Amino acid sequence: MSTTSIPDPSTRYRRTAQRGINSEMLSWLFMRASGMLLVILVFGHLFVNLWLGEGVKGIDFAFVGGKWASPFWQVWDLLMLWLGLLHGGNGVRTIINDYARGDRLRMILKGLLYFAVIVTIILGTLVIFTFDPCPVGAEPSLLPSFCEG
Amino acid sequence: MASAQSGTLYRGREGMWSWVAHRISGMLIFLFLLVHVLDTALVRVSPEAYNEVIGHYKTVVFGLGEVGLVGAILFHALNGLRLILVDFWSQGPQRQRSMFWGVVIVWVVLMAGFLPRHLMHMFGA
Ligand code: HEM
Ligand code: HEM
Repeated sequence: MSTTSIPDPSTRYRRTAQRGINSEMLSWLFMRASGMLLVILVFGHLFVNLWLGEGVKGIDFAFVGGKWASPFWQVWDLLMLWLGLLHGGNGVRTIINDYARGDRLRMILKGLLYFAVIVTIILGTLVIFTFDPCPVGAEPSLLPSFCEG
Repeated sequence: MASAQSGTLYRGREGMWSWVAHRISGMLIFLFLLVHVLDTALVRVSPEAYNEVIGHYKTVVFGLGEVGLVGAILFHALNGLRLILVDFWSQGPQRQRSMFWGVVIVWVVLMAGFLPRHLMHMFGA
């Protein structure tokens, strides 16, 4: 091999191995499917929380209480949480595979990654489902207005 | 025929740099998201705890960080859509370079819309 020739990326090529459905192909497909959904979810999230009203200045406990009073935003945030962490986690897995030399280091880094993703998904899910907008004994002025009734 | 000198989709030029930026922005957003779920979890501690920590998001230093975060998200999302077109649209690979400049233009337009409004929120105008 004296010269290296790189095939033209715009021509069709034939696969030689890994035909059909396999885990890396599913992971590739998932990155694209989840990416398209995340565009809507994350842009909507940023639009409501950073653009509308007073933007970031308007965010406090009462703001979150108001949003999560509606199942619509609960489902929205739940989807964003799961898809965001699985998409991001899967992406970081690729990055670790690319740069971490040696099986030991790669195992350690992926172990840490999976641990962080699982703990964060569980925590975020619990927070959405166990959230109480009107905790007893809390300072009333900090709560959403519907708590008075 | 592509050569190492003229570049391919992934070596040199727009194709490679958009890949580098996609990777770095994705990594940053992921790290932010881990912290962000933790700060949101404070709503389960107390209204005071949540308001105290989220208050940091309203300072100037964080405000500039949010500009960076939004910039990273917008780039990653737009370029992600470009990648999907490269993979699924028959014309995608041939048009990847012009689509890259499309991403840059849409990014600039969206940032130009976001920035003034965010600064106004931050400085309370
Ligand atoms: C600086 C920009 C951001 C601000 C000010 C912000 C603010 C908030 C607020 C106030 C909440 C509470 C619930 C709600 O409002 O829906 C929340 C939750 C959430 N945000 Fe953001 N956010 C930002 C960026 C992002 C980004 C870029 C992502 C995705 C990558 C994201 C993902 C989430 C998720 C998944 C939840 C639900 C957390 C949980 O289940 O406990 N946020 N965010
Ligand atoms: C907003 C909509 C989004 C779109 C359209 C999108 C699209 C994509 C696509 C298509 C890929 C695959 C690239 C490849 O196979 O070479 C990818 C990779 C990646 N994404 Fe996203 N993404 C989005 C949001 C996010 C979010 C919220 C995070 C972080 C939590 C994230 C983190 C990553 C990472 C770390 C990679 C791996 C990069 C690499 O391998 O170089 N993305 N994204």
